[in-house]
Amino acid sequence: MADHAPAILLIAPLFAAILVSLAGIRIPARRRIPAAPSDEPSIGGEPFESPEFPRLKEDKVCFMLTLGALIVSEVAALTMLGQVIEGGAIRYFVGNWSSPLGIGIELRVDHINALALVMISTVALLAAFYSNHRVEEETPGKSSQYYTMFLLCAMGLMGMTVTGDAFNLYVLLEVAALSGYALVAMGDKRAAVAAFNYIIIGTIGASFYLLGVGYLYIKTGSLNMVGIQEIIAEQGLAESKTIQVAFILILLGVFIKMAFFPLYAWLPNAYTHAPSTSACLMAPLVTKVSIYIMVRMMLTVFGPAFAFDSIGWGDAVVVLAAIGIIASSVIALAQTELKKMLCFLVVAEVGYMVGGAWLANHHGMVGAIYHILSDGFMTLCMFLGASILVVKTRQTAIAGLVDLYRKMPLTMAAFTLGMLSMIGVPPTCGFFSKYFLIRGGIEAGQWLYVVALLFSSLVNAILFFRIIEKAFFGELPAAEADPGHGHEEQGHPEDEPGVIDEAPLSMVAPLAIAAAGLVFIGLNTREIVTVIEQTLNAYALTGGGG
Amino acid sequence: MESHSLKPILACAASLLAVIPIVAFRRRPNLREASTFIAAIVKFGVVLSMLPVVLSGGTINCTVWEVLPNVSIAFRVDSFGMLFALVASSLWIVTTLYAVGYMRGLKEHSQTRFYAFFAIALSATLGVAFSANLLTMYVFYELLSLSTYPLVTHHQDREARSGGRTYLTYLLGTSVGFALPAMIYCYTRTGGDMAFSGAGALAGQVEPGVAGILLLLLVFGFSKGGLMPFHSWLPGAMVAPTPVSALLHAVAVVKVGVFCIFRVFTGVFGVGFLREIGVANVISFVAAFTVVVSSLIALSQDSLKRRLAFSTIGQLAYITLGVSLLAPKGVTGSQLHIAMHAFGKITLFFCAGAIFEATGKKYISEMVGLGKRMPLTMTAFTIGAMSVVGLPLAGGLLSKLYLVMGTVESRQFGMTAVYLLSSLLNACYFFPIVFNAFFRKPENPDFEEIKEAHPCCVAALCVTAVCSVLLFFCPDPFFSLAGLTTDTSFAPLAGD
Amino acid sequence: MDFFQDIVIDRFNYWIYVILMMIGLHAMIVKNNLIKKLIGMSIFQAAIILFFVSVGVKDGATIPIVSHHGHEAAHAEAGGAGGGGHQDEGGVQDHGDHEINPDRHANPLPHVLMLTAIVVGVATLGVGLAVAQKIYREYGTLEENELLEKLRSNDG
Repeated sequence: MADHAPAILLIAPLFAAILVSLAGIRIPARRRIPAAPSDEPSIGGEPFESPEFPRLKEDKVCFMLTLGALIVSEVAALTMLGQVIEGGAIRYFVGNWSSPLGIGIELRVDHINALALVMISTVALLAAFYSNHRVEEETPGKSSQYYTMFLLCAMGLMGMTVTGDAFNLYVLLEVAALSGYALVAMGDKRAAVAAFNYIIIGTIGASFYLLGVGYLYIKTGSLNMVGIQEIIAEQGLAESKTIQVAFILILLGVFIKMAFFPLYAWLPNAYTHAPSTSACLMAPLVTKVSIYIMVRMMLTVFGPAFAFDSIGWGDAVVVLAAIGIIASSVIALAQTELKKMLCFLVVAEVGYMVGGAWLANHHGMVGAIYHILSDGFMTLCMFLGASILVVKTRQTAIAGLVDLYRKMPLTMAAFTLGMLSMIGVPPTCGFFSKYFLIRGGIEAGQWLYVVALLFSSLVNAILFFRIIEKAFFGELPAAEADPGHGHEEQGHPEDEPGVIDEAPLSMVAPLAIAAAGLVFIGLNTREIVTVIEQTLNAYALTGGGG
Repeated sequence: MESHSLKPILACAASLLAVIPIVAFRRRPNLREASTFIAAIVKFGVVLSMLPVVLSGGTINCTVWEVLPNVSIAFRVDSFGMLFALVASSLWIVTTLYAVGYMRGLKEHSQTRFYAFFAIALSATLGVAFSANLLTMYVFYELLSLSTYPLVTHHQDREARSGGRTYLTYLLGTSVGFALPAMIYCYTRTGGDMAFSGAGALAGQVEPGVAGILLLLLVFGFSKGGLMPFHSWLPGAMVAPTPVSALLHAVAVVKVGVFCIFRVFTGVFGVGFLREIGVANVISFVAAFTVVVSSLIALSQDSLKRRLAFSTIGQLAYITLGVSLLAPKGVTGSQLHIAMHAFGKITLFFCAGAIFEATGKKYISEMVGLGKRMPLTMTAFTIGAMSVVGLPLAGGLLSKLYLVMGTVESRQFGMTAVYLLSSLLNACYFFPIVFNAFFRKPENPDFEEIKEAHPCCVAALCVTAVCSVLLFFCPDPFFSLAGLTTDTSFAPLAGD
Repeated sequence: MDFFQDIVIDRFNYWIYVILMMIGLHAMIVKNNLIKKLIGMSIFQAAIILFFVSVGVKDGATIPIVSHHGHEAAHAEAGGAGGGGHQDEGGVQDHGDHEINPDRHANPLPHVLMLTAIVVGVATLGVGLAVAQKIYREYGTLEENELLEKLRSNDG
């Protein structure tokens, strides 16, 4: 079994997706899908009856299937991480087609993507857990469709990470993207428009990628990532125009997919208007996996020497990343809606990682890869927290988050931890990613990038303390604020039972786990970096080994 | 000489662990405050138990967590850290006593939050005191900024929030903007080993020009030291309840700032290296400027706490100035001043709080004739003022003496004048208060009803006032500890 | 003339795909109607598919079917998989024991890949149309400018 872990990782959610969609077939067969709640009566049209119908059960079946499949994936990912740490990279040939021409699809797991897979499967699992109670609320009557899309999206993202085949990556990219479009479109009234823009832009991105792969194939005749690298090295193709065009096209496609600075237009609307459950899956993962692909392309497919020297883009990309970080931080400052603000921060974080990867030195690359892991959990934590707050307070504006500290202590504590990590306070992982990235920036002499990172930290601090100020230290009721006449007698505590109005456990628990994950990653920085370096040292970036 | 022990962790964690019982007993205030007391006493006990080793010239080491190879969070208790830890942990006990009186007397809200974050802040303070390298110091420094934020905004009104905003903007802005990149640059250049040492971890590793910039970044980055122009967070933070102002903004937080600056001078760069690059003069001038200007501003403040705050800024600059002279006597004086000023200033803050608790008065102009109604408080105030001004029979005199000797030793007579002028100004802004309190009749008839504050408050301020006097007669162990640190810092120079 | 021969005639497949792609891109970005945008998207994807397929073509080569078992099976497969492909009979004469000459067969891999890409394209179009339908139900229009106006008035 353990030998087939790379395949099981993907097969479990894929089969579960089929089962979940089968489970949903019965609903429309018996009766109409209920209309969405009151405010939009035009949809659905027909009235529906029999509210007593035990539909809930099907939700639970779908949820359990989803959860089961993701747990299997999680176990597979952890198994692979163990195998990789012990025995080095795993090569798995699907259906045993290990053709030298690279016709067979290879799944390839090294230290970097083993870690990424663990992150992805954990985030997906937590997001699924959060979905349990929310799906029926946000996408009534569509839970089987939701879970099907959810599983396909998770499968696509894991597949993109695990595959060693450039074309296979495209297919999985589209699987993830298509299910992602659907997940976004399920959201509020404006979600469909956001999803449509996402489809158009996403398709352009994916098509550019495909085109790039085409050029690669013309020149090398291989689709296997390692194979391509070997052929480029053997035949000295680094100077070939075709290969350079391929690299540029692939990068362009990936930049669009990851919402790199000037190409980010699709992201904020899509994640703001998507159902909170979908946003919790997609916001942490889609951009991060795209960045992983970029790193994979730079390191494995083209090789660092080619990526950094032949094109000579390094400085320009880093500067662009720095500008992106600063610009999106400033835009985030101007936002009044919590989720929208977070979306712009996601864009800023993309700049962190792209910049780090393009610093062309060891610490920058370590920082970028480490940040893929930590930012996955950070973004999850932020979106889970924001979703819970929006659900509980029924407001989307930051100004509405008053006095939540008393009402929802657990949520706010975990959310605060996430915020501190975004700011970069030790010992959360946010600090260490910044440490590596800044160190890389200093070594590369990219001062603008260093300044941008610090600036973004400060902006995050301002943004989040604005929230903390509202939520923790909001205006007290008049009687309480006046110190002379406090309601509290001497010897009587201030905390009254009953004011606590916490979200259900199924929503808070994933948030708490994500927040704990931030500290866990932070505390295990040394181990994680050692694992990353196992693979990274092979690429001999400058400043490595120290 | 070097021994390993878990005691530094225990000392640091004692108050952190206390958060659990504090929150658990949130509905039973007596138990809650009792657990704070127990934690404070345990903490002081642990610190005290390490004193003999340190006094005999040894250090206590302990690596908590190796983040990366060579980059670790580690504790190392040396004489200077010990001095600061002694001050902070002993005053926490007294402050807890005071806080109980103050918070109950005023029936403040959210007391659990207050005690919990107070305890966390103390952990961070000791973490800074015992830190063995730059990263550890930075980590606990940030933790202290964040954990004191809820204390500053405690009142939750508009003023408190804006004070809190200023507080964080200055402290986080400078530490993230200046100290963090400088620190990472140091780690980049030295390959990861930034443990403090007498010779200076950075000495000889970077070019003098770069070192100068790094020094400025680090000194201004640790802006809790209140050097102008990054000082205005401190007056803003005076919106906090008085126990916070007393312990944190006269002792723990601000002294952490100067502690970090001191460490940067003696541990990161090393006195010898600093003499080579010569940027310390810039710091001296900034500090001298701060000393004079803040004293002048203090003169014009009518709010007692704000006057004390500006006085604190000036006194902190004394310490920075003392160490930037790079002379043995000055360095000793700086360390002594950390202790002496702490006891003096905390007394003054306690008195300000006691006056507010008893009368609701915040402004100096309203405090005429208080001496008769609150004799103990005002006597303690007088002693505190004497200590801060540097008059005989109070500890402040000793440290000021050393600081002045330091200026002479380094032949910077301009700085001598600064110290003397500033002491004069100190007297000008404190003694009118004392004079008005004792020798003028109140205009307001309702003064008759005023009594001394809550007994806990009075007891606390009496204890610190007595300590200020005692320190004049027996400045040990602070004196010995300061001497040891000076010896270590100047030992590498002895060979030249 | 050589230049023209090299750049335009010999590489006419590139020119065609680039032109098609630009048409598609133009429609996706500039067109006001959402359905036209989707049509543009289809053209865009078709251009890439065409590019891939043209890459696999070789002069004088035939459909890439290699039979080991005889003509019937090969013909049957050719009808199914390569439907409408080259009608040259040269390639299928090879038997299993013969050396296979790659020059005589069109490269099958890009074609196979494009089968997948076509499926992906169809799926994308399907999702796009479904979303467009949802937009129409919500807002009663498929024109982008009207849509933006409605969104704006909702905000205000």
